[in-house]
Formats: sequence, C-alpha cells, structure tokens
Amino acid sequence: MGRMKFLCDAERCIECNGCVTACKNENEVPWGVNRRRVVTINDGVPGERSMSVACMHCSDAPCMAVCPTNCFYKADGGVVLHDKDMCIGCGYCFYACPFGAPQFPNGPSAFGERGKMDKCTFCAGGPEETGSKEEYAKYGSNRLAEGKLPACAEMCSTKALLAGDSAAVSDIFRDRVLRRGKGLEAWGWMTAYGAEQKEGAK
Amino acid sequence: MNARCVISMLAVAVLGGGLSGCGEPSQVVTYEQGKYQGKPDNQPWDNPVFKGDKTAWELAMKNRSRAQNEYNRTQ
Repeated sequence: MGRMKFLCDAERCIECNGCVTACKNENEVPWGVNRRRVVTINDGVPGERSMSVACMHCSDAPCMAVCPTNCFYKADGGVVLHDKDMCIGCGYCFYACPFGAPQFPNGPSAFGERGKMDKCTFCAGGPEETGSKEEYAKYGSNRLAEGKLPACAEMCSTKALLAGDSAAVSDIFRDRVLRRGKGLEAWGWMTAYGAEQKEGAK
Repeated sequence: MNARCVISMLAVAVLGGGLSGCGEPSQVVTYEQGKYQGKPDNQPWDNPVFKGDKTAWELAMKNRSRAQNEYNRTQ
C-alpha cells in the first residue's frame, strides 16, 4: 500500500459543506472543532473556487517535527495520527501546520488550557483497541479498519473530494482532467448542452 | 619559584585562554526527529473483518478508491 492522500478538485467543489457535516457526524466532533472546512476564494465573484481542507497527512509532517512530547506517529499508509494521552495542548502543531488542521476544543486559551489537540484521522481511529469505545470517544470512527474510505470523501456529492491510495486517486484525477478538457469543455458543459450545442455556442 | 617564572606561566595561561576564544565551533543545531512516545496502534487489517489479512485489506481499499471514479459507473 502506498500513501493515503486527500485530493480536492476545485473545479468540482460546490461548497455544499457535505464533507464537513459528514465528518462531524461520523466522528461526533465536539462543538468548536472542525476537522474539515471548506475554504472559498473570491466568494461571490464569477470564477470563485472552493476547496475542502483538512489534515493533508503530509509525507514530512511539520506537526510531528515540532511536538515536544513526540505524540505523533505515522500509521501504515502514511496516515499521521497522534496519541491524545500524550498531548499537553501546547499548540505548537497548530502553529507549524500550513493547513490549520490541528484544532483545540477550548479554543485560543493559554498554554495547556486549550485541551487535547484534535485533527482529521483519515477515519483511521487512533492508538486504542480497534473499534473500542475509547477509540471512538478520543479519535472518532475507524472506517479504514472496515475497508472503507473517510466519510467526507465518500459523502461528497460531486466527488470533488477524493481519498485513498495516492496512486489510485491521481489516476482518477488524471482521467477526469483528460476527459473534461478545459474552457468550454470543462466538466458539466457536455452534460448540460451536448456536442451539437457546443458548436453553436462558439 | 621566582617571580619571573610565575609571570611567564601566567603569560602562557593568558595566551592559551585568549587563543581558545578564536576557535570557530559550529553553532548550527543539528535537528534530530524524536521517536514516538505514545501507545502502539493496531494495523488496520488486524481486526475481525480482515482477520490479519493485509492483502485482502489492500485490495478492499484499492477497489473502494477506484469506485470513486464515476466514469467507471456511468460509461
């Protein structure tokens, strides 16, 4: 198995926040914590783009590098996970992460008052017995152990958000880009207007 | 020990001390990644669903990943 990755296709994301809702529901994430967010650039302006962002499970993760208690580890497949029992809530990982993935249940409090860091686990649970109540309470669902992909990607209505083995995900994206082309041939145009209409629209 | 001998010894000590300040030891910190200190985690295939069969788990994940391509279903 290669590396588990997320890929969000900005051409497809319609900012429905289905991924955010799916994540919150699947993992029962507490109030104030969003493991996944949808970021929109040029909101309301023609050509706006949205992108679903969470932990990107970096190959060389900066959160792992800065953690003073060394509570991060990489599970098989490159998924970056952490042991909440070791976390002291210092927030270094939050400052180091370029995606703002680490979240703290008590918000921006003083050192250590933030609570245990919470972040996307790629629906792979954490260092507790697989499928146990402790694992679910601390880290959320372990869908990977059931042979399923993260809930956010599987729930995505337009399949903008892809998850899984990086080779499979990049194959899908490559195929998609080749088929949809660019400009007027972009995804959705042929579905809506067909080939004959395309000639007339030029 | 006469005064001349003491002075020469002091001079040698001061010279040695002074010269030691002229060294250029590397001041760049060499970063070393710490090791994970938490509890060990189970592998995703070590459960009743896959019964420790890594190949079956990898195949399931691969099929699930490929199923995200809707062109496979629609065309």
